[in-house]
Amino acid sequence: MAADPLSATFAALASPTRRAILARLADGPATVTELRAPFEISGPAVSKHLRVLEGAGLIERSREAQWRPARLDAAPLKEVSEWTDGFRGFWDPSYDRLDTYLNELKEKRHGRTGKSR
Amino acid sequence: MAAQARVGETTYTTPSDRELVTTRAFDAPRDLVWEAWTSPEHLPNWLLGPEGWTMPVCESDLRVGGAWHFVWQSDADGSEMGMTGEYKEIAPPERLVSTQSWGGDWPETLNTLVFTEEDGLTVMTQTILYPSQEARDAALATGMQQGMDAGFSRLDAYLETL
Repeated sequence: MAADPLSATFAALASPTRRAILARLADGPATVTELRAPFEISGPAVSKHLRVLEGAGLIERSREAQWRPARLDAAPLKEVSEWTDGFRGFWDPSYDRLDTYLNELKEKRHGRTGKSR
Repeated sequence: MAAQARVGETTYTTPSDRELVTTRAFDAPRDLVWEAWTSPEHLPNWLLGPEGWTMPVCESDLRVGGAWHFVWQSDADGSEMGMTGEYKEIAPPERLVSTQSWGGDWPETLNTLVFTEEDGLTVMTQTILYPSQEARDAALATGMQQGMDAGFSRLDAYLETL
C-alpha cells in the first residue's frame, strides 16, 4: 500500500478509462472480457488499468476463479469524495475561514496603530 | 460583464473548456488579503478545506521560480494530502501566478490569482487553467458542475448512495 493512500486514489482516478471502469463496476462485478467491451482497447490494457485500480485499493479481484471478476471497493472513493466534495467542498470552508481570519488581522493591526499614536 | 462579487458568497464559473474561475469579495484591504494568501504564517489558519483537517506543512519560497509545498492531514485517520507548485509571476498585492499539482498522474494546472479593490472591498478572482477539458472535468470530480464525462456522473450517483 502506498504511504499516501489518498494520492494513490487520485492518481488512479486521473485516467478517464479507469473512471469508466469504476463506473461500470458500480453496477456489479465484471470480468476483463466484459470490461473491455465498451472500449477499443485490448484485454492486457484493461488488465493493466485493473492492476492500478487494485493497487489503489479501489477494486478487489477474486483469487479463485480463472476469469477473476473485479469488484468495486468504494471506501477510498468515499475518502476522496469527502476530501474534494467537489472543488467547492475545499474552497468554500476555506474562504469562510479567511473572512473570519481577516477580521482578526484587521483588529490586531488596528490595536497596534492605536498604541503607536 | 462578470457578476458582482459578494462577501461570503463564492461564484464558480467555467468560461472556457479548460478553465475554472472562482470569484469572491473580502471585507479587508487588498494588502491584508495578499498577506493572508501568501504568507506561511497565515495560510495554515484558513486554507484548510473541510472541517477536520490541519496543515502541518506550509513551505513557500515566494519569488519567481520559487517552490511551494503544502500538506494537509486528516484528524480522523492521519492520512495526508500534498500539493506542490512553483511561482511564475509575483506582483504584490495584485497578481500571483503559480503552477499547482497533486502529484502522480494528476495534471499540473496554472493558477492565476488577481486581487482588485472595489468599493472598499477586495475582489479575488482565481483562474485555474487545466491542460485539457478532460483534466478539468476530472478535477471537478464529485460533481459540482456540468460537463463531466458520462462515467463520472454515474460514479457520482453511486457515491451519493454510500
